[in-house]
Amino acid sequence: MNYLTIAWRNMCDRPLASTLTGLSMALGVAAVICVMVIHRIAVEQFEQDPQGYNFIVGGTGGRMQLVLSTVYHLDKPLYPISYDYYRKFTDGEYARYTDVVVPYCLGDTFVAGDFKYRVVGTTPELFDELKYDGDTSYEFSEGRNFKRENFFEGVVGSIVAKQGGLKVGETFNPTHGLAGEGDKHREFKVVGILAPTGTTNDRAIFVNMEGFYLLDGHALSAKPPTSDDTTPSTTPDPGIPSVGYDNAGNEVEPLPESQREVTSLLVRCPSAIDSMTLNTVINKSGSATQAVAPTEVVATLLDNIIGPVQVVLLVLTALIVLVAAIGILVSIYNSMSERAHDIAVMRALGASRMAVQLIVLLEAVLLALLGGVAGWVLGHLMIGIASPFVEARTGVSLDMLAFDASELVVIPALVLLAILAGVLPAFTAYRTDVAKALSGTR
Amino acid sequence: MSDSQKLVELQSVQKAYREPNGDRLPILDIEHFAVEPGDQVVIRGRSGCGKTTLLHAIAGITPVDSGSISIGGVELTRLAEAGRDRFRARNVGYVFQTFNLLPAFTALENVVLGMTFTGRPKDRKRAIELLEAVGLGHRLHHKPSAMSVGEQQRTAVARALVNKPVLLLADEPTANIDPGHQQQVVDMLREVCINEKVAMLMVTHSPEVSDQFDHVVALEEINRVARAA
Ligand SMILES: Nc1ncnc2c1ncn2[C@@H]1O[C@H](COP(=O)(O)OP(=O)(O)OP(=O)(O)O)[C@@H](O)[C@H]1O
Ligand SMILES: [Mg+2]
Repeated sequence: MNYLTIAWRNMCDRPLASTLTGLSMALGVAAVICVMVIHRIAVEQFEQDPQGYNFIVGGTGGRMQLVLSTVYHLDKPLYPISYDYYRKFTDGEYARYTDVVVPYCLGDTFVAGDFKYRVVGTTPELFDELKYDGDTSYEFSEGRNFKRENFFEGVVGSIVAKQGGLKVGETFNPTHGLAGEGDKHREFKVVGILAPTGTTNDRAIFVNMEGFYLLDGHALSAKPPTSDDTTPSTTPDPGIPSVGYDNAGNEVEPLPESQREVTSLLVRCPSAIDSMTLNTVINKSGSATQAVAPTEVVATLLDNIIGPVQVVLLVLTALIVLVAAIGILVSIYNSMSERAHDIAVMRALGASRMAVQLIVLLEAVLLALLGGVAGWVLGHLMIGIASPFVEARTGVSLDMLAFDASELVVIPALVLLAILAGVLPAFTAYRTDVAKALSGTR
Repeated sequence: MSDSQKLVELQSVQKAYREPNGDRLPILDIEHFAVEPGDQVVIRGRSGCGKTTLLHAIAGITPVDSGSISIGGVELTRLAEAGRDRFRARNVGYVFQTFNLLPAFTALENVVLGMTFTGRPKDRKRAIELLEAVGLGHRLHHKPSAMSVGEQQRTAVARALVNKPVLLLADEPTANIDPGHQQQVVDMLREVCINEKVAMLMVTHSPEVSDQFDHVVALEEINRVARAA
């Protein structure tokens, strides 16, 4: 029978009060854990999604909007850039700085029940050449990448396949516009399903840009205003197949270059120096186009929005924990008068003032820690329960067991808080007048 | 210094309380009082004459204002409070009138609790043996609420003796027990104290109890405060 056992038994002797105070502590800690885990996952998500290329090139508009629309499939795309400008990067004056250039054409949506997914017109290089999450190559859980010469092929992200129920070999019709309320376009065939990447690309559909250009309303009738004023190249784009095929195998003419435009470009450079050089060249060229390193924008986003929100949430949840600690204080303190006799008995058995004080402190620490551990489990459980819903809505999968060392901070913080909460009742125990308490009944 | 023959020896002990208005309220003024090793002494006296205060002082629970109290040659009055606590834990057993036991713990746990504050290893076997010696071998795992007052008192006696003390202090240990069972507890107390070679200093109001002892002290006779009153 040591002090800890005595504290434990004293705690168990008041089951209702102990359960309630422990529970309030558990709820507070669960809230803190949820905030920490969700913040961590959000940051990881934001940071890993735009990896694999150096910068994004887009037209006139906000830097944040360019990154949101290109990387995260959110927000409206910027003003388009001309196809001739795109060709500067592939076989024009910028080509010597670039390694891979992937064009994005945005503006269509695929609607499946309640869900809407962006349809991105692009080239197969997106999956063949670029890597995500640092250096992981894209893989297909089923099927294959689309082929440049098969104009009406597309691949779908893993979540689109699961939620939208698209299988390899099936066809789908994108609708015009981002609202998902436009007219249905002609159909594309799913030739591949991306293995889950944990990025926002799991929630998008990628179709052959050549087919995308041929959809109603996508061809430019006359030379339109774009963000730049690039002189057309005299040679045709060697990337465009001279002849392509639809899904029935019929020959299809590609859309002439003069009727094309691009929303944004993902640019990968062979070296950091090339990247910096080209970045500066583009941004100082005087045209309204811009090059934006998504990591910079993401850092700004994290620092200016996610960071402060996390701080506010942590402060709020920490307040819940604080209130729970005050609950422990009040509960133990209120019981001190009933315990005076028991404390006096222990003193008569030879317990020192320090000993009875320690026993009361230990009880506070036990309550806080047990509540805290329960809260920690509860927090992860809540994440586990919320996970399918969050994944359905956002595509971000929350791993219930994902554990971060920073969560361990909770333990010493709780012990400290418990000691603070226990000090007052412990001092009461310290000061118990033994002779007086022994003369009273219990 | 104290006579080596005596187990407990009080010399010129004075104790007064402060009244709420600030006046001194003398309770004890004892010129000399002693208990021999292994002796069984009964203290009687009218209510309020300072019997409990005397036991508290001997146990080192209540500090006295002047004079010296020594037990087994150790002068308690020279020890700081923590020293008195440790000394009490190891050498003095205490049984109160009622509510000796902690309600959250079983009989056996209450006895083991008696060994917690000595700073020595705990001997569970001895706790069980003592509970058997006081006739509670079948009540080891009962909580106080499930025991009769007599059983609770016997548990308290076992606990008071568990550390092999030299002195057992008992403050009206039978006052709350019905007369039929009172004698059982007194017999048990006397017997285990002899077996354990422990001196006993017992306060009682009951003439039936005090009449059985050879060595009975009326506190009024040794306490000048009470005598004056
Ligand atoms: N903390 C205290 N402050 C002031 N007076 C006290 C205090 N404790 C006890 N007294 C007084 O000291 C006197 C002696 O008390 P004590 O408890 O020693 O008496 P007692 O002989 O044990 O009485 P009883 O037979 O009723 O148990 C009483 O008059 C009591 O009111
Ligand atoms: Mg008394």
